[in-house]
Parts: sequence; C-alpha cells; structure tokens
Amino acid sequence: MNLLLFSLFREKKRRRIEELTMNMVVNGGDGDQCDWGGRWDHVKKFLERPGPFTHPDFEPSTESLQFLLDTCKVLVIGAGGLGCELLKDLALSGFRHIHVVDMDTIDVSNLNRQFLFRPKDVGRPKADVAADFINSRVPGCCVVPHFKKIQDFDETFYRQFHIIVCGLDSIIARRWMNGMLMSLLVYEDGVVDPSSLIPLIDGGTEGFKGNARVILPGMTACIDCTLELYPPQINFPMCTIASMPRLPEHCVEYVRVLLWPKEKPFGDNVTLDGDDPAHIQWVFEKSQERAAEYSITGVTYRLTQGVVKRIIPAVASTNAVIAASCAVEVFKIASSAYIPLNNYLVFNDVDGLYTYTFEAERKENCSACSQVPQDLQFSSSAKLQEVLDYLTESASLQMKSPAITATLEGKNKTLYLQTVASIEERTRPNLSKTLKELGLSDGQELAVADVTTPQTVLFKLHLTS
Amino acid sequence: MAATKTSKEQKYDRQLRLWGDHGQEALENAHVCLINATATGTEILKNLVLPGIGAFTIVDGHKVSGEDVGNNFFLSNNSIGKNRAQAATELLQELNSDVSGNFVEESPDKLLDNDPEFFHRFSLVVGVQVPESTCLRLAAVLWSAGVPFLVCRTYGLTGYMRLAVAEHTVVESHPDNALEDLRLDQPFHELKKHIDSYDLDSMEKKDHSHTPWIIVVAKYLEKWRSEHDSQLPKNYKEKEAFRELIRQGVLKNENGTPEDEENFEEAIKNVNTALNPTKISSAVEDIFNGEQCNNVTAQTPSFWVLARAVRDFVRNEGGDCLPVRGTIPDMIADSQKFINLQNVYREKALQDAAVVSKHVESLLQSVGKPTESIAEQEIKLFCKNAAFLRVVRCRSLAEEYNVDTFNRDEITSCMDNPDGEMVLYLMLRSIDRFYQQHSRYPGVYNYQVEEDISKLKVCVNSLLQEYGLGVSVKDDYVHEFCRCGAAEPHTVAAFLGGSAAQEVIKVITHQFVPFNNTFIYNAMAQTSATFQL
Repeated sequence: MNLLLFSLFREKKRRRIEELTMNMVVNGGDGDQCDWGGRWDHVKKFLERPGPFTHPDFEPSTESLQFLLDTCKVLVIGAGGLGCELLKDLALSGFRHIHVVDMDTIDVSNLNRQFLFRPKDVGRPKADVAADFINSRVPGCCVVPHFKKIQDFDETFYRQFHIIVCGLDSIIARRWMNGMLMSLLVYEDGVVDPSSLIPLIDGGTEGFKGNARVILPGMTACIDCTLELYPPQINFPMCTIASMPRLPEHCVEYVRVLLWPKEKPFGDNVTLDGDDPAHIQWVFEKSQERAAEYSITGVTYRLTQGVVKRIIPAVASTNAVIAASCAVEVFKIASSAYIPLNNYLVFNDVDGLYTYTFEAERKENCSACSQVPQDLQFSSSAKLQEVLDYLTESASLQMKSPAITATLEGKNKTLYLQTVASIEERTRPNLSKTLKELGLSDGQELAVADVTTPQTVLFKLHLTS
Repeated sequence: MAATKTSKEQKYDRQLRLWGDHGQEALENAHVCLINATATGTEILKNLVLPGIGAFTIVDGHKVSGEDVGNNFFLSNNSIGKNRAQAATELLQELNSDVSGNFVEESPDKLLDNDPEFFHRFSLVVGVQVPESTCLRLAAVLWSAGVPFLVCRTYGLTGYMRLAVAEHTVVESHPDNALEDLRLDQPFHELKKHIDSYDLDSMEKKDHSHTPWIIVVAKYLEKWRSEHDSQLPKNYKEKEAFRELIRQGVLKNENGTPEDEENFEEAIKNVNTALNPTKISSAVEDIFNGEQCNNVTAQTPSFWVLARAVRDFVRNEGGDCLPVRGTIPDMIADSQKFINLQNVYREKALQDAAVVSKHVESLLQSVGKPTESIAEQEIKLFCKNAAFLRVVRCRSLAEEYNVDTFNRDEITSCMDNPDGEMVLYLMLRSIDRFYQQHSRYPGVYNYQVEEDISKLKVCVNSLLQEYGLGVSVKDDYVHEFCRCGAAEPHTVAAFLGGSAAQEVIKVITHQFVPFNNTFIYNAMAQTSATFQL
C-alpha cells in the first residue's frame, strides 16, 4: 500500500528534476539565494546517504533536498499550540512551501506556549502572525497564512498539497478534514488511485497527554474509524444542574445554562462570552451565590472560567513533543528516508515518560472511509426523533446536529434541520411523526448532512413493521 | 467590576491549572544552566522560558556555524562566527520578558578546571551534546553538590536523556487513576454513625433514589457481613452475589417492576472498587521504612519529617491506615445528602491532619526546631497526598559507567530484543568511544561513512568486551550510526526539547514524577523506553 504512495512521490520528484534542469538551461540557474554554507547539513545526511532502515523505495539523491525546498507543498491546519511548533519544525527540516489555516486571533493565554506570538500581537490573526515570524526567522521559507475556517475552502484548495498536518483542538474539525480528504479519493475498481491520496498527519494534546497518527485516506484507519478512542465530553445532567448541585462545577453550569438566559445581565441578545472578564465575573458571583445556597465550597474565578470556556490545561512541552512526532512523519513521507509510523502514537509524561505505538484498525463499515452503505433499522412506527437520537448518540456516528433529507414523490424533502432557526421551527413537528406517517418506505435512502463531514452521508433505511 | 487578574496569571492560566500557583512560584525561583546551545539545548530552554522559569544561563564556548543556524530556531545567520551562547541567549530571552537570560562564553571543561563551584548556584544543570569525559567530570561535581543533572542528546534519529539526582521527593504526584479513599471496608466512627442515620427500608422513593451510592453499598455490606461471619465479599462469585443483593434493594412499583434508581446502578457498578481493602501501597511503605524517616535530625528535610509524622500516626491513632484523604467522587444524590456525606469525610481528614500535626510538632521539638518551620498548609497537603507520595532515587553516572557497578542485568535482558531501544543506548556509548579515540564522530563527511563503519564496530566490540556483555549488536545499527554522521535533526531535537523541559519542571516543582533514569526515543520506529541504569 505505502509502496504505491512513495512511488508517486518519486514520480513527482522526477518530473520536478526535469523542470529544474530545463529552468537552469533557460535562466542560467537560480541557485539557493538565501542559503549559506552548511545550512542543510543536518537534513542532507538523511537524504543523500543510503542506510539500513530506509524505506524500500528510498534512493539517496542530492535532488531530494530540492524537492523539499522547491516542490513539496505542506498544509498545516491550526496555528496554535501545535501549529506554531509544526511550522518551526517543518521550516527547519527543509520545507519551504507551507500554508497555514487558522480562524482564531491571539489571546494572552496563548502566550505560554504559542511562541510565535508576543503580547503586542494579542488580537491579531494567528495565521498571519505565525507566518510572518517564521518567514522572517527562517530565510527562504514561504509560509502562506489563511485567516479562515477550514470549511471556507473546497477540494480545489486542498488538492494542491502533498501532505496535510493537523494541529486542531476540536474533534468536529478533525472529522471534517478527514471527510474532505476522503472526498478527494478516486477509486478505480474499488482500489484507491494513489495520486488522489493526500496523507493526513494528525496531532492532539491535552495537559500532559498527546497523540500523533498517520492516516492514508482510504487505506489506513481514519479519524472516524477510531471515534470511540475520543473521550466523551462532560455534560452534566439537567436535573443535577437545575435542582441537585453537588459540585462547584454544577453551580457554574446552572448560571451559564439557566440563569444567564433568564436574567440577560448584559442585554437582550448578548450571549455569554467566555473571553469577556466582565461576563465571567458576573457568572462567578452568581455561581458563588448558588453554591452558598447549597453549602458547596470551591467556586473560584479560575474554576468558573474553566467551566464556561471548557478550558483544557496546556503547556509548551507536550505540544513540542507531539508536533515533533508529527513533523518527523511529514519528513519521512516526503523523503522516504524512513518507514512512516504505522500508525498511532500515544504519549503521556505525568509519571516518567510513556509512549505506546500501535496500528489502529480500519472499521469495516466506517461511515467516513469504508464506502460501505450505512444502514438504519427502525420500526415503521418509530418517530423521527428516534432516528435523530441514534445519529447523535451512537458511538460510531456521534453527529452533532444532523440534517435529514429524503427523496419523496420525486422531490427532495427536508425532514428535519436544526441549524437554521426558521427551518428548525418548520420541521420540528416531523420529529414526533412516525416514519410511516412521513411517507418513508423500506429501502429508502436518507441523506444526512452534519458539521462533522463535508459530504452528506447516505443511509439506507430498513423499516420493520 | 471584572476581577483584575494579573497579566501573568492570564498568560500562565493554562499551565497554572496543572501545577498551581505554588508550582509556578517554584518555577519562577529556579535558575537553570544549559551547556551547549545546540538545537536540542535551545529547544529545551524554549520550553522552560515560555512557562516562566526564573532564570537561565547558557554555558557554551563554541562559535556559531552555518550548520548550527540551519537546525536551530534561536540562531540567525547574521550570528555566524559569533559567540553561540550569546546569540542564543538573545533570541531565547526575547520569548518572555519575565525571564532573566545569561550566558557564559566558556567551555564546561574550562569551568570545571578553574571554577567547578560555578555550577553550585543552579537549581538544575542540563548538559546537551557533551562529550563523555566532560560529562562524567561534570556529573561528579554536580552529584557531590546535590545539583540535579539532566544529560540530553540528539544523535540522528535517536534521542537520549539521563537524569542524575540522588534523591527526589514528590508529595504531589497527581496520579492519573487514583483509587478513592472511602474506607468502606473499615468505616471510621463518624462514617459509621452517618451510615447508621440512614434507614433505606423506611425511605420514600425520592430519598431512596437520591441516596449516595456509598451509603447504599455500606448498608448492604453490613447486611452481607452479618450473614457471612463479618467477612467482605472475597471472590468474583461473592461479589456477584453482593451486587445481586444490592439489586434486590431497588424499589419496586405496584406491579412489582423495579423503578429506575440510578444511584443503585452506580452502587452496583462501583462494588469492585468500593470493596478494595484500605491498604498502604508498597511505595509508601518503603518511604516509611526509609533511613531518613527512621532518624529525624535537625537537618532532615521537611518531606521526611512529615513522612515520619504520618508513619507515627499510622502506627498509633490511624490504626494502620493513612490519614483520611477527605474527598469523594461525584455521584447521583440530592445536594444535602451528598454534602453531608462529603463533610463527614472532610472533617475526618481535618481531624487526622490535626493529629499528624501534633506528631510533626513533637518531632520538630525533639530536634530543637520551631513548629513554624513546617506550615499547617504543608501538613494538610502532605496528608491529602499521603497515598501518592513518591521518592525517586537515580544512580549516579559513576555507578552507571563503572565496570563493577553497571547494570548488567538490565542491559542483557533488554537486549533479548535486539531491535529495542537498548541497542541505541549501546550505540551511543560506542559513539563516545569513537570520539575519544578519533577526536571526531563517525561519518560526518560523506567519504568517511564507509570506512568508519568498521572503526565504529571495533568500538562497539571493545565496549561489550570491557563490560563483559555477551550481547550482539546488529550491523545495521553500526551502519545507521555512521550514516547519520552525528546529525542533529531539528524534529528529534524538538521532541527531546519538550520531553526534557517537562522533566526539569517536575524536578523544580516537585510535582509529577520524573523518569528514572535513562530515556531513549527512537524516531525511526516512533517508540521509546525508560531504563534504570
């Protein structure tokens, strides 16, 4: 499998070498304008010398470095804790054509680890500042920033990259990226055409824990194949929050979820902004009141902010380790210098340093990468709400706010959609109707759209009476 | 008005949630020395400067080369030919104005010759890419001075770390999966009284369904014991029967079908852990049996005075148990029942800590030290973490390298897997021999690679022979270690940079547990291992 992939790179390299030679004949050779003696010595040893652990496809060559410097295009998703590290690691490994996408602006709490940013940069887009810093510190490097959401781009953008590395902080975003790369795949007779495959290296960290994985879309386990590996979000039951608080966290959630909408302390349409100290202060004080009512101790400002913003603790060191692991894999894949990670690394340095490397397996009927039609089985008297619940609660699907459509009487009908208020209101009654009442028949196809994937997922509905 | 958080509190917020304000304070009072501002070195420092280490000093006699700038984010090409220590200090200092950066343009060898006490001022010394002879000299000086020493090295796709600290105590180890301290197998008096105040059989559904599972288990445990000669459920069969006993306790409605009582479900689910006997771990027993615990003097560090005080508690008032921790997990219950139960544990914890405090007082008095020398807060923290205390003792480098004391067993047994990380350790040791003999590392220039393979092999064999190690090192590794020509790829340096920095932070803050004592990272296979050498 991997061998095909690397043959592809060699092919791209060979074509590039021909181009270079042509250019040299025409231009008299550009040379390396901003390089100095010995600059790439640390890297060259792995590209120009044979070795006993190289990939079977590896051919030592002085042109490999040129491929990295001039041709290889890498996309870094995220310019935060992992993203800053990734940009540095890639730039110092010889990659020059790097794009970085990040929709966020810099916050003061980023500064303890996102080292491309300074206090004066607070408020500016992360992608822009990160690109500027790298480009000026690493001469010749051309990082192109995109102050955008990943969803703002389509296939034409993503298709141009040789390798994509993610340093995201959201599972939804990861799944979307995963889905995007799946949608680029071209199948010939059920086999992936390697030229349509873009390797995805994904890193994630939380406190002192982290993981790095290599995904070859359509070939190795993807994000959705291993959805169960991701820990479920802590959401307290409503009855606890509303009437039976026991922990300081319950008190904060009460204020956030119930009191704020009721009292609208900063105005009618003002939503709680976790980054606004005035908002947090209000929540803090109200949480203290709530806690006092129930003799609960432990509500602090820090705890309040942590609950409201769902803060995950973070340090520079874990991000450095995981980003480095990812960057090692990018280098291996781009150069064939070594056999890439197959395919999942887990890291934890709470007690000593612990790593565990294993091969995550593909899920046979993965909704993202298996191409196996997804089945839904319900009684014809089941209500649409049950279907919705299944889509959101099933461990293997974990959809967030699915929109369900079906073709009925030759027309595309939206059965339920949450994300647009007017449509939600209009389609809400359908939730209490049975599938039979909605006109659905056995064997019918349902198309489901959700924020976790750029493509709609098709389900085959099996109705039992 | 919004609470005014200092900008430091805001900046460090994400890490304060990990090691607290007191951990941060320890970090800000620390001064770390880095030897050699190579990529590995500056990456380590970066991950210490960003979180706000008090100060760093770079000791480096080298001048910046073109090669250096190529893999080092904290050197720029206009510093080529200049003093590497100074150049790196400038760009590292720029990362965080809270930190004080210093440099000494001097080789560590010269400092060891002329002023070895120079190193005594540091909280910890990090030695990067330091040749073996210098490393051993430095290790000896630091060991005598009681200054922790962390050796780090990136060699091709191999990362290496060695920690040398004679004794490192940890109160706040923050274990990932700690068992709760519920005392259900031997409820203390106040807990027993509290349990007795419940009569499940006479409760209305609302109260019955919102009784904490701890009470439910305790009640049924009483029942079980009364029918089983005061014994706890011991094996799987008995635990199953016990779970069934609890299940029978679920309220039934008029039709005889069981109600939905989540608290009972929780009780059943938690039977296994609830029945864990209250026991002191062997790690903590070892601490109690430690030399320093036995003989408390005026010089005894507070950790050991506290350990002794807790030990005295355990052997007297505690009835062979540690002070009660005082925390319980969240569980389905109404607020009042939960808070009341929680308070029973909290108050007992305070009580036990007060008794421990008395022991601390008498110990301090017996060695002529004032009671104030160990703060109340410290005693409470120690008691709360009593089950998680850890002591890390690393062997010295001298012991590791000495032919009479080196860890033959560890090396030999690990080499049963000839492709594990141990072979990388042996290769690094062989590389050092090569350097000693040839004053250079193998395969640095292309033309050297082939001829150096046999020379390096000679070094490997002489190493194995000198230590009488009957293991064999595959030729592939000799080849690879020549191939990589002492390169320091930035990615591997960055991996080590993160790993090492966190170990430094652990040593400085005395929180979380440092590794003991050799860590090897294999970037080729993306695996790692820790050895105690």
